[in-house]
Amino acid sequence: MSEGIGAPVKRKEDKRFITGKGKYTDDIRMENQAYAAFVRSPHAHAEIKGIETSAAEEMSGVIAVLDGAQLTGDGIGNLICGWAISSKDGSPMNMGAWSALATEKVRYVGDAVAVVIAESKDEAQAAAESVEVSYNELPVAANIAAALADGATEIHDNAPGNVIYDWELGDGDATDAALAGAAHVTEMDISNNRLAPNAMEPRSAVATYDDAEDHYTLYSTSQNPHVARLVLSAFYQVAPEHKLRVIAPDVGGGFGSKIYIYPEEIVCLWASMKTRRSVKWTAERTESFLTDAHGRDHVTKARMGFDADGRIVGFKVSTKANFGAYMSLFSSAVPTYLYATLLSGTYDIPAIHCEVLACYTNTVPVDAYRGAGRPEASFVVERLMETAAREMGKDPAELRRANFVKDFPYQTQVIMNYDSGDFEGNMNQAMEAADWAGFAARKAEAANRGRLRGIGMACYIEACGIAPSAAVGSLGAGVGLWESAEVRVNPVGTIEVLTGSHSHGQGHETTFAQVVAERFGVPLDSIQIVHGDTDKVQFGMGTYGSRSGPVGISAIVKACDKVEVKVRKIAAHLLECNPDELVIEDSQVKVPGTNKALGWHEVGLAAYTAHNLPADMEPGLKEGAFYDPENFTFPMGCFIAEVEIDPGTGKTDIVKFVASDDFGVIINPMIVEGQVHGGIAQGVGQALLEEMVYDESGQPVSGSYMDYTMPRAEDVPSFVVEHHNTRCTTNPLGIKGCGEAGAIGSPPAVINAITDAIDNNDISMPATSAKVWAAIQVSGTRMAAE
Amino acid sequence: MHSLNYHKASNASEAARLLSGTEDGKFLAGGQTLIPAMKTRLAAPSDLVDVSGAADLRGITVSGREVRIGAATTHAEVAADDALRKVCPSICDMAANIGDPAVRHRGTIGGSIANNDPAADYPAAMLALGATIKTASREIAADEFFVGLFETALEDDELITSIGFTAPAAGAYAKFPNPASRYAMCGVFVARGDDGVRVGVTGASADGAFRAGDLEAALDGAFSVDALDGISVNAEEMLSDIHGDGVYRANLVSVMAKRAVAAVS
Repeated sequence: MSEGIGAPVKRKEDKRFITGKGKYTDDIRMENQAYAAFVRSPHAHAEIKGIETSAAEEMSGVIAVLDGAQLTGDGIGNLICGWAISSKDGSPMNMGAWSALATEKVRYVGDAVAVVIAESKDEAQAAAESVEVSYNELPVAANIAAALADGATEIHDNAPGNVIYDWELGDGDATDAALAGAAHVTEMDISNNRLAPNAMEPRSAVATYDDAEDHYTLYSTSQNPHVARLVLSAFYQVAPEHKLRVIAPDVGGGFGSKIYIYPEEIVCLWASMKTRRSVKWTAERTESFLTDAHGRDHVTKARMGFDADGRIVGFKVSTKANFGAYMSLFSSAVPTYLYATLLSGTYDIPAIHCEVLACYTNTVPVDAYRGAGRPEASFVVERLMETAAREMGKDPAELRRANFVKDFPYQTQVIMNYDSGDFEGNMNQAMEAADWAGFAARKAEAANRGRLRGIGMACYIEACGIAPSAAVGSLGAGVGLWESAEVRVNPVGTIEVLTGSHSHGQGHETTFAQVVAERFGVPLDSIQIVHGDTDKVQFGMGTYGSRSGPVGISAIVKACDKVEVKVRKIAAHLLECNPDELVIEDSQVKVPGTNKALGWHEVGLAAYTAHNLPADMEPGLKEGAFYDPENFTFPMGCFIAEVEIDPGTGKTDIVKFVASDDFGVIINPMIVEGQVHGGIAQGVGQALLEEMVYDESGQPVSGSYMDYTMPRAEDVPSFVVEHHNTRCTTNPLGIKGCGEAGAIGSPPAVINAITDAIDNNDISMPATSAKVWAAIQVSGTRMAAE
Repeated sequence: MHSLNYHKASNASEAARLLSGTEDGKFLAGGQTLIPAMKTRLAAPSDLVDVSGAADLRGITVSGREVRIGAATTHAEVAADDALRKVCPSICDMAANIGDPAVRHRGTIGGSIANNDPAADYPAAMLALGATIKTASREIAADEFFVGLFETALEDDELITSIGFTAPAAGAYAKFPNPASRYAMCGVFVARGDDGVRVGVTGASADGAFRAGDLEAALDGAFSVDALDGISVNAEEMLSDIHGDGVYRANLVSVMAKRAVAAVS
């Protein structure tokens, strides 16, 4: 069986994962290792009056108790947000100071105030409980409404009214005019619930300072170790880049939450220098809930106008986004350039305007979480489309069909330029797989069983392959978003691929190897993927935004191109032929139709012995490349959810879920299907189950699995996953990306199905059984009255 | 977790003796509540006296319709006991749906009722079955035993040794699990015995498990689903939290009661 592109080969990395041989950060044991435990604020908003450490310092095993004054005294810089967004009036965003250990104020429950370094974890925790911090409690703004209310407490001195920015995109006047002239306007208030990322592996860090070399090593649960090193060095002044090695070994899930550099990693590095000990910290699950950057948390007012034929004439969106207590690393980009730019959805919309007001609250920082802005956009667009169809008495599928973008490339009114797609093709495929036409009979049959059955569709589109560096630079990004790769052919012909992408569940060790195996006609087992270590890999921007396929693999392809040129030159020299005559396949470099052939390994050996190379050629066979994408990629798809609801309890069962995706060229369909399954499960979690709730005093209410509902196997059906792929036209292999699609398209499909089943469109996520039951009481009463 | 002293008792009297010598000791049965509390440092006993291996606290005996279940009997053992299932399948079914397999193979009936978690399943069963809770020194009727949220009639350091009840002619338990914790958001145990119908409810009330008198009266009149139409509990006395308000939980009491009745009638 082929092991190349398109082959569903089993994952090379799973042997170590499923036999317990994976090596995660918490598995790292350094000699001389000590443990960190953080003293965290129990208050959502308070002044720090004093920190009394003497009792803790006396306790057994305690090596040091350190606080924010010492941290800032040593010149450790504040955490930053790396994407500058300006308000409508041109003013820069109001970024408040975020010290890794709070100095004057705490701003959310869990804000780190001090750290204890001790010989054991238990001793560190016990001493942390004995650090006495005196607080002067301040009024709390625990949600968007409270933060933006008149007279609200101000969380940062430089953010009046708690406003970070008031930004806009699109043509406001044209959109207002279009809506004013619309035959029908659908208007909705929509919220997007706040989610805790819940990677299976909690965050962890092991930091070691070598005083002889004045060098630091950090093992960390990172999706992007080079970015971590860059930020730790350039902004936080922990150590210069050449004196800091960051290693992200096996990482057990990220979903965005491990993009960011958190206070704990900074403090562990600094504490290892202060104590001359290796310092380890691993989050307990409670700390994960308290400190991992949360996702989403929007409230939105949206208006979509249609002409008499049901064509969209304008779309106006006003969103308020909760950023939490501090601006996390990518936070500013999420509700702007990863959200508003996708508001055209899969539709040809002639006028779009979006305003986004970002605010601070006394909650944990909010940043990118699987999908990052695009689920929010997809939810707004697809809830509006479904609702508009119902209001206008049109079939929701036909309303979408009438408005689809059909010609490519298509320039939206909100920056993005869609390169390819066949949106109707995906919708047709999904409708057929879901037996859309047979739904009425199934609904009637369910009614006979006393169950409410509903069907819902969502046609999402997203932007992956983040991102063209010059373009994002012009929009405020602090970094370029290219990727790098190095392909090393060894003297025996085996291949190492060094990639700046990072795998934390995605299966890169398999898919990246498949690409190279196909390219050079060599066995999959002869290829090793190396990633996650700044001392091994040249540089990399890491893995997020479904970029590893379209950007990371493209860099590998580019490096392979260079290797191939050299292979051809060497082989042509040895075989005395023209390089263009050569074919590389079946572990050979040969001239077809002749007996001129070299084994792949013979070319490698020739390159390294250098006994007989073309004139002026350097020995060796290794090439590097940086690939900067020319455009985003645009995976899209049509999801159809079918639900049955128990009217007695309001419990929703998803009885069928069909996904038809366009991911461009697929490397490994088995891995892609797994990504779709995982993404839909997360989307179902958002739609039905998950919500990070804070009470008015800023205390987390759902800060454990006793109250935060993760989706379980029984909450999702056996998915029907289909593909109708069109090639991406802007990268070498035609890849679009698949990592986030499931989480982007599924929430609106599920909510559209529920609202269809209960004949009540007024329901927010998560659509818990209690909410659905209450909504049924309303619609039941309404129907009884009609 | 804080450090502590661990003791293993081979019988109930040894357990009591071991505990009496400790500073701030606690009995440990299955540890499904206490151990998580200790791991999150919310509980820090000086000593644990493990009663899970105490021979005289384990096992199920059925003679005629009389049932005795040792306090350290696990949920899995209750679920799988053939003799018990013959006379009282409802309690077996209930035990089979507590928590997950790990919980069911560690958690015990004595631990569950001594803890009296307001969302635990067993308290509802004990109330509906009119069970008697036995300790080394006395017997306590279930109606007197469950005092309030995490509160029982047990004295400090008083160890439950067994529970006993007369198997009802018919019974069933219907549970609507909390989506996150899978404890009962509302669990209703209906038992029709010689002295009439008893309905035990857990999960729904802020004060813990209770008997639903109005539902019992209705079912005493006619043991049928229809008899429960329009009969519920006071929503204002029900728990209200992020998973559902009192009105919703009051509805769940009615719906689960109907489903329990439907299961046996």
